[in-house]
Amino acid sequence: MWYSDTLAVKDSLQASGNGSSDTGWIMHHVLDARELDLTPFGVIHLPHIELFGMDLSITKHVVFMWIAILVLVLAFISARKAYKKSLVPRGVTNFLEVLIVFVRDEIARPTIGHGFEKFLPYLLTVFFFILTCNFLGLIPYGSTATSNISVTATLATISFFVIQIGGVMKNGFFGYFKGLIPHGIPLWLLPIMFVVEILGLFTKPFALAIRLFANMTAGHIVIMALLGLIFILRTYFVVPVSISFALFIFLLEILVALIQAYIFTMLSSLFIGMAYHQEH
Amino acid sequence: MLFANLLVLAFSGGEAGGPLDVNPGVILWTVVTFIFLMLILKKLAWKPILNTLSERENFIKESLERAENAKKEAEKLISDNKVSMLKAEEESRKIVEQGRDYAEKLKIQMLEESKAQAKKMIDDASNEIERKNLEAFNNLKEQVADIAIKSAEKILRENLDKEKQTKLVNKYLDDLSKN
Repeated sequence: MWYSDTLAVKDSLQASGNGSSDTGWIMHHVLDARELDLTPFGVIHLPHIELFGMDLSITKHVVFMWIAILVLVLAFISARKAYKKSLVPRGVTNFLEVLIVFVRDEIARPTIGHGFEKFLPYLLTVFFFILTCNFLGLIPYGSTATSNISVTATLATISFFVIQIGGVMKNGFFGYFKGLIPHGIPLWLLPIMFVVEILGLFTKPFALAIRLFANMTAGHIVIMALLGLIFILRTYFVVPVSISFALFIFLLEILVALIQAYIFTMLSSLFIGMAYHQEH
Repeated sequence: MLFANLLVLAFSGGEAGGPLDVNPGVILWTVVTFIFLMLILKKLAWKPILNTLSERENFIKESLERAENAKKEAEKLISDNKVSMLKAEEESRKIVEQGRDYAEKLKIQMLEESKAQAKKMIDDASNEIERKNLEAFNNLKEQVADIAIKSAEKILRENLDKEKQTKLVNKYLDDLSKN
């Protein structure tokens, strides 16, 4: 049903104009690519690498992950230097410290509780990495690595492993899986509960991956679509509407970039806490 | 609905596939990138910064505690000072009062002493005067008696001897003094 609906919309869009009403350009901006499109300064073609029959090409999103690394490393080097100079933070250091303290005191400490220090490096890294990737998508010529399902799924998988390893390390291998099943359920329910709980282990990171991916992709598509209205409707009257709505969505995107980094970290931390302290 | 749109857009996008395409290369690069980032940041940022943070938190906590202690101490000192000042004031007041009392007593004593002395002097003087008076009177009496005897002797040399006459005159004088 929905499929035919959207097909109809798409067909009518295509029928309403010529090539400029094609929506391919939206996906071109959102999707991963093998080159960095820096029009009008040209296009940088990224190297194509193939190892053991696997396509290990450097893509646009990989480049932007590396840019995120670069940004983070530079920021933290400057922060470290600032800390060596004096105990009082200022400027960028202050901003970074606010985020670090936020992750430590608002995310890790309340959700994991006792023993949260062990997971702090992972949670901080995830938070800052996702945040930086999200923001890199909002600058001109930028691209959101976190709007790639491969990236988010990988992050979620790493989160999954951290959760399971944390749980197993604290409770022992058998203790951990025994602790998954709630206390006081009838014996005949056990097989079902076991399957449900095991499924639950996998749906959590799956939800993490889809949430981050969908949020980061949707905003960009909406902005593109709003701007695309100008070219599809071919009138100047729609320009103020499109621009103001696109601006609004863009501001919303800034918020979403922060919120999604927070939510991913928060939920990871929550799941780690649930696996780590099973008695609750 | 958005998701549906997305799928349609993805399928109609052409060349590079849809947004739900999973690219194993990107997965591998993500893993490598993330682990690399985590190792670098763990060494570069998290350890030193978290240490610094907790160090500073302790420092602030200690400073606050120290300030609190210093404040308490100062307050105690102030109250101690107040107490000792009150005590000193009380003491000085007492001393002044004692001095005043002493002076008052001394004054009264001296006054009484001088009064007594004066009285004694007056008494002495009046005694002396009385004595002198008596003496003078006795002297006078003797002299008068002498003079009277001598004159009587002169007058009555012939018919009266001296003893009889003295006796007579003494008797007269006694009568005189009795009167």
